[in-house]
Amino acid sequence: MQMEGKKIAGYSDKISVAPGESIDFKVSTFKPGRYSARLVRLIHGDMNPEGPGYKEEAVACDFEGEHAGRTQLVHAGSHAIVPGSRRFAGLTDFTLQAIVWPTLPGDGEQALVALWNAGSESGVWLGLDADGALSVTLSNGRQCSTVSTGKPLLSRHWYSVAAVYDRRASTVTLHQLPHKHYARIDDSSTITETVDVAPHITEHTPCVFGGLPTAGESPIGRLYNGRIDRPRLLSAAADLSGIRWREAPKLTGDMRTDVVAAWDFSEGISTDRIHDQGPGQHHGRTVNTPVRAVRGANWTGEEMNWQHAPEQYGAMHFHEDSLYDAGWDTSFSLTVPDGMRSGLYAAHVTYEDDEDFMPFVIRAEPGATRNRMVYLVPTADYMAYANEHMPTDAPLAQLLTDQVSILGRNDRFVHENRHFGASCYDTYKDGEGVCYTSRLRPVLNMRPKYRMWLGGAGSKLWQFNADTHIIDWIEESGFGCDYLSDEDVHEFGEQALEPYSVIITSTHSEYWSKQMRDAVDAFKKRGGRLISMGGNVWYWRVAYHSTLPGLMEVRRAEGGTRAWAANPGEYYHSFTGEYGGLWRRQGLAPQEICGTGFVAQGFDISSYYVRQPDSFDERAAFIFEGIGESEKLGDFGLIGGGAAGLEVDHVDPLLGTPPNTLVLASSEGHTNRYQLVAEEILINFPGTGGEDCPLVKGDIVFFETAEGGAVFSTSSIAFGGSLSHNNYDNNISRMMDNVVRRFLNPEPFA
Amino acid sequence: MEKPDRSLAEEFRRQPIGHHSPELERILFLFRGQGMAGKFVLVEDEPFRKWRLGQLSGRRGDPVKIVSDRVFESVEEAEWEVFKRRWKIHFGEDLE
Repeated sequence: MQMEGKKIAGYSDKISVAPGESIDFKVSTFKPGRYSARLVRLIHGDMNPEGPGYKEEAVACDFEGEHAGRTQLVHAGSHAIVPGSRRFAGLTDFTLQAIVWPTLPGDGEQALVALWNAGSESGVWLGLDADGALSVTLSNGRQCSTVSTGKPLLSRHWYSVAAVYDRRASTVTLHQLPHKHYARIDDSSTITETVDVAPHITEHTPCVFGGLPTAGESPIGRLYNGRIDRPRLLSAAADLSGIRWREAPKLTGDMRTDVVAAWDFSEGISTDRIHDQGPGQHHGRTVNTPVRAVRGANWTGEEMNWQHAPEQYGAMHFHEDSLYDAGWDTSFSLTVPDGMRSGLYAAHVTYEDDEDFMPFVIRAEPGATRNRMVYLVPTADYMAYANEHMPTDAPLAQLLTDQVSILGRNDRFVHENRHFGASCYDTYKDGEGVCYTSRLRPVLNMRPKYRMWLGGAGSKLWQFNADTHIIDWIEESGFGCDYLSDEDVHEFGEQALEPYSVIITSTHSEYWSKQMRDAVDAFKKRGGRLISMGGNVWYWRVAYHSTLPGLMEVRRAEGGTRAWAANPGEYYHSFTGEYGGLWRRQGLAPQEICGTGFVAQGFDISSYYVRQPDSFDERAAFIFEGIGESEKLGDFGLIGGGAAGLEVDHVDPLLGTPPNTLVLASSEGHTNRYQLVAEEILINFPGTGGEDCPLVKGDIVFFETAEGGAVFSTSSIAFGGSLSHNNYDNNISRMMDNVVRRFLNPEPFA
Repeated sequence: MEKPDRSLAEEFRRQPIGHHSPELERILFLFRGQGMAGKFVLVEDEPFRKWRLGQLSGRRGDPVKIVSDRVFESVEEAEWEVFKRRWKIHFGEDLE
């Protein structure tokens, strides 16, 4: 394992705990030695010398002190495993078949389906050879024989493939049958060769899809990139018509003759289980989340929802660089003591000149908190961005920022160690968009002190670390505040928000499950007050897995500002069956929640707001107490030098901005790096940059709700970076102080 | 693109980030939009203090190549170095 610079990393099993609950931390030092661990409450993660500097509070705990370190490995690569069976062991003649859609043929040997013993290196595996041609390998543990068609498969094309073994004749036949034919492309093959090796298969020999069991450091090798649809195992040397006959999605009647196993990946799409419709019920499980609810070879295009035609979604897409759970052993644990203050905490570990933080939320004790305000830690967003690779993978990155990307130690590590998994802003090695993301691995950009290429000029903070500007301001202001993670709101719904009358959100609360969105909606409908502190909010719909913890799905469907596009027919989440994409595309634009929604982005420098006529309405007087009529608001700050920047939102009555909304201030003076977002453009037109386009601005808004509550939205990601300016004495901080103070006052607004 | 006027390089040097003239923007689209193979990046040695010039290979997982031992003590200084190198690559001319 290459460890350029990085010497220690870890993660926790949970992202949020309450007093009385315990949390496990899993640490790898990548080489032997002792490391130190301690518990800290995170306050301000920005080390910019222009700002207040790094702030934390050390908290005494049982795990504080030195620990023995050891290397814990990460094994990426999605695959599926079926345990061994007497029916496998009893095979003499057999047919191993599937329909496949390889995405990286020729990129090394790749196993499609294997009945293989790792220890003795025996069995049979059907796969692609180094050139991308279909091959089968038979081994008895002493001798090994490989047969190949010698004709590479085309990338992203469907093929029926099979290996047919006839023991009496000592032959193996390979079928490689393209489903689409082209002139001058010779990719079809049926060959028979004599083999003098009978594969050794016992009742303990597992059947693996998408890789080959190994006895080496990694449990699975020869990882496959691409789709597998309807694999079957027959106890006979079938001819071609028999093979094609068994490709029917559901096997009935005579089709079941000689069938040992007929896996149907369209069963249990929302689970980590795979289903065998054959007589032996050789069910299995997936590892590292192969992508499900993807089009199979028989997808017609007539049906876009996998739940309506599951038989057309019998494929899974495997990726060599997919990771769900690193599966590390627990290094130490914490049981949260009663009475512990709610906040954003981290286990801080140090080893030689390197360190890592494993952040987590401590919730308030149910029923015991006296705080009326809650900060929602946007853990869904942290997961969406987890270990993203855009500065090293995406040519447009430096165009977006108008800056040469800066790579810190953690950036270089995730670039060089792809097995730590990617974000939902990345593509897999084969170019498919990453729609699943997990927090059960070191997420090295979810860290205090971390700087990110997307964070504009200045502090260069984005997401987790940028959000500490808000946490620091809450701390400095002295307002009592509890902390909840997105997963708490998802799991417990409005009940999680029950003790509170004011919600304050992050710089960029972009990803929302239906449960999370509904909880905030219900909170508002009981008179709750909402302070939306960021830009590009309530944007993407996401789904959490119902049984696998720490796993989230994003289908980048239809339109919107997207790092990649979901394939046609693959817009529905596999975890829940819910339609994916922008909330706006589902008739629930962010304007309905907080008055404004995403309109423009740019990542160079930020700007300021100027007061609008509505700001002089007496309903808004409390917001501007102590602020001059002609003051520029936020023409300073650590994020791009201003409060309005990176991603900005605007009012749009057609998208649901309430009619009683006051537009208090709007930003101006953005550069041409700021461009109107894709979802605002139907026909392309010139002049969509910040210097020319009147739509490129953020609107600070306020409105009261019918239930006596109110909403205040800043509409800019950069906003939080201005709070600490001039030792927290500035018009952005003053405005926030005015808002929070009034929002905490139970007197109804209307 | 034809070789632009050197005054645009001076404009960049004065203000590498922020509002640019349309002529300078055209050059920056070319420079910054390059593919990943050979793309310049900055490698952070010390936060907010020290950077070195790096280059990507365009292949995932390849270590970032350190182009020289020169340590930059401001991002602007490093931006200017990258700009000069890209100017040389695209227009064949040494600035300074």
